[in-house]
Amino acid sequence: MSIVDVCALEDIPRLGARRVRRRDGVQIAVFRTADDCVFALLDRCPHKGGPLSQGIVFGDKVACPLHNWTIELGSGRAAAPDEGCVQRFAVRVEAGRVLLAA
Amino acid sequence: MNRAPFESIARRPRLVMVGNGMAGVRTIEHLLELAPDLYDITVFGAEPHPNYNRVLLSPVLAGEQTLADIVLNDAGWYADNGITLYLGRKVVRIDRVSRVVEAEDGTRAAYDRLVLATGSNPVMLPVPGATLEGVLAYRDIHDTERMIAAAAAGTHAVVIGGGLLGLEAANGLRARGMEVTVVHLMPWLMERQLDRTAAELLMRALEARGLAFRLEAQTESILGDKRVRAVRLKSGEELPAELVVMAVGIRPNTALAESAGLHCHRGIVVNDTLQTFDPRIYAVGECVNHRGVAYGLVAPLFEMAKVCANHLAEAGIARYSGSFVSTKLKVTGIDVFSVGEFAGGAGTDEIVLSDPGAGVYRKLVLRDDRLVGGVLYGDTADGAWYLKLLRDGARVAEMRDRLMFGETNVGDTGHLGKSNVAAMANDMEVCGCNGVCKGKIVSAVKDKGLFTLDEVRKHTKASSSCGSCTGLVEQILINVLGSDYAAAPKRKALCGCTDRTHQEVRDAIRDHHLVSAAAAREFLEWRTPDGCATCRPALNYYLLSTWPREARDDPQSRFINERSHANIQKDGTYSVVPRMWGGETSAAELRRIADVVDKYRIPTVKVTGGQRIDLLGVKKEDLRGVWRDLDMPSGHAYAKALRTVKTCVGSEWCRFGTQDSTQMGKDLERALWRMYAPHKVKLAVSGCPRNCAEAGIKDVGVIGVESGWELYVAGNGGIKTEVAQFLVKVKTAAAVLEHAGAFLQLYREEGWYLERTVHFVHRVGMEYVRKRVLEDAAGRGALWERLQFALEGEPDPWREPARAGVDERQFEALAL
Repeated sequence: MSIVDVCALEDIPRLGARRVRRRDGVQIAVFRTADDCVFALLDRCPHKGGPLSQGIVFGDKVACPLHNWTIELGSGRAAAPDEGCVQRFAVRVEAGRVLLAA
Repeated sequence: MNRAPFESIARRPRLVMVGNGMAGVRTIEHLLELAPDLYDITVFGAEPHPNYNRVLLSPVLAGEQTLADIVLNDAGWYADNGITLYLGRKVVRIDRVSRVVEAEDGTRAAYDRLVLATGSNPVMLPVPGATLEGVLAYRDIHDTERMIAAAAAGTHAVVIGGGLLGLEAANGLRARGMEVTVVHLMPWLMERQLDRTAAELLMRALEARGLAFRLEAQTESILGDKRVRAVRLKSGEELPAELVVMAVGIRPNTALAESAGLHCHRGIVVNDTLQTFDPRIYAVGECVNHRGVAYGLVAPLFEMAKVCANHLAEAGIARYSGSFVSTKLKVTGIDVFSVGEFAGGAGTDEIVLSDPGAGVYRKLVLRDDRLVGGVLYGDTADGAWYLKLLRDGARVAEMRDRLMFGETNVGDTGHLGKSNVAAMANDMEVCGCNGVCKGKIVSAVKDKGLFTLDEVRKHTKASSSCGSCTGLVEQILINVLGSDYAAAPKRKALCGCTDRTHQEVRDAIRDHHLVSAAAAREFLEWRTPDGCATCRPALNYYLLSTWPREARDDPQSRFINERSHANIQKDGTYSVVPRMWGGETSAAELRRIADVVDKYRIPTVKVTGGQRIDLLGVKKEDLRGVWRDLDMPSGHAYAKALRTVKTCVGSEWCRFGTQDSTQMGKDLERALWRMYAPHKVKLAVSGCPRNCAEAGIKDVGVIGVESGWELYVAGNGGIKTEVAQFLVKVKTAAAVLEHAGAFLQLYREEGWYLERTVHFVHRVGMEYVRKRVLEDAAGRGALWERLQFALEGEPDPWREPARAGVDERQFEALAL
């Protein structure tokens, strides 16, 4: 695992996300909240595999675009009463750049 | 002393609740949702049990469930939420001056705010022998356990009182093998809920199960030495009994409140914010008298809980204005439902359907074209619908002829046309979208303690997608919960971020000229800083439709389809539907489509119901290339907007055609495309009454006749087939455009987000639509002009993505 500079913070829309493609495996979704916190999750909803990067981001949650499951960005867990969780990736912002551990 | 000097100032206010029943705990639950850290909370319960589902005592008595099954909040719940819980401690004193409550055992708790939820007590008839062993009320777990024990030991039981509770008790004891006689003072059973005919059908059904009845019978005394032996009636008859259950009514438990000097009159008197005469003290539940009414069913108590929590959380905008209660007997296999002024009388009309041989009876009572009450026996499938009509005060003039047959008699799809849940097997599918069967809903309601449709949707997903099985799911809820089913409130908040309704939000945006979502959320006191996935798209639409060219679109508040201008599919790819005006295309367009399919290796090409071509399986990074190479306008198949205008061939080719429907369709589509709306909008134009374009099930359907055009509105061909209603006949194509446009603009300005035209027109009434679109010619012109103003210069997002505000970064993935 290495730490990669994937983009500038400004390249991710506020209350939005970008997809990060990996050489193999499912892509990673990098989210930006209203207050510029950044989170990274596997881009696959634990329910039916929907791409979370395409969902509506609100607070520190994202609503899956397929069936509206709510996933907490910090924990990767589905909000009750749904059950499930999605893999998290370490990500941080340094000097305006988004650094992802993947 | 190591105490911080400011501790006493910094401490949180203390909330104490007396009573640990369903109404009180529901209040705390709502409060924790709204303001989790506002109070230090202490709860006193007189019973030694945690909060349990009193609604399900009858199934426990009948042996269908156990106590453990019906616990709603176990001790862990109180601990997790930091609530101090005192069980088995009855509060006997409130000191309102020093603001302290004290329990029997001396436990004290100081309060800043106090909630009284002391419930009610059963009425015990003061007849001789009423205190003998074996004479019980039927109120709580303790009573239920004693009844179960008595049923095991004895053979004869007498239930005094032929009301709802008495009959459920009698049925439960019979199920446990006892010989049960019900003694009732009145000439028929459940006289407060049923008319004579329905009550007689009910009694016959209960007699068939082995229950015996004595009507117009008064209990003179209860006989026995230490234990009860028999019940003697005024008539002189003696009924043997080892168990006597008194179920003659309940009385609000006001002893504590009265001792504290709070105003009580048949309950603790509260105002519309559930405050007693001491503003620091609130009261909720069965102990309350609100506007002269004391309620004994769960649904109204939950409505009170919600309002009380809102005020405790200092939100201060909710009011309780009373509840409509309906009654449903919880006796497995017997369906009785009653609501409102079922008895009829002067000034009312009654519609009656009676087929005693088949065990079916139905009476609806109307006054001034509104439903005011009803009784259903045998088939209670439509109870929830009648309750809704009654509570909404809906005018039923236009459906009087069909009212008797219920809501579900036409058009529902997805569940084999079944409408009677009582007859459904547990493994039968109810929700065809999410594959949920009846048994799963029943067990979720029982095991998880669910009361509302929303809760069932969250836990089981049933009726959470297309919604066509909503009525069925409500019926299952009613069947399990009986009268304690909490119908969806008439006033429904837009989402969990606010208590405001769609209408209130729309009004505020217009009346206060709010042009940004942030301003609207601040003005309307949203609880969340940036809303949620439900309210954000709604707010965005309301702003844009109310203040066109002034409010700015927020792409991050749109669902992915409207953000990427394509339809997301289950595998994360997209579908692309180019616009073909009026469903007409050309060789050049078809060639370009074919080339695009080859170039981008698009796996599926499909002809749609709206006469378009759908390209399925397009990768997101290819979308812009596909749009460019197609060189056709966006079909908006992804948007809450004008989708398609479907047409028949019309007079240009068809030997039956009377009008040029294809041209009319093209004109309509060119005038209306790019029109966003509360939900998708579909039009059709047919050139003659044979109606090959299926205009009768469209939001706006136009049918050409020799002398002009007929306009129909608010049809729907989806979940529930709804035939469009006739609006007007006009002579010219220009008039078609103006009338159709005015109707759609009215819908755009006044519809609620995600409300189709059919539901909009149901809500506001066809009369209102006629008034605005037909009778007021100047108003019609103004509506049509406002629509044109909103659409003028709107860019095509496929051809001019930058001008349309499309965030093009989304189409490119980042690389590691």
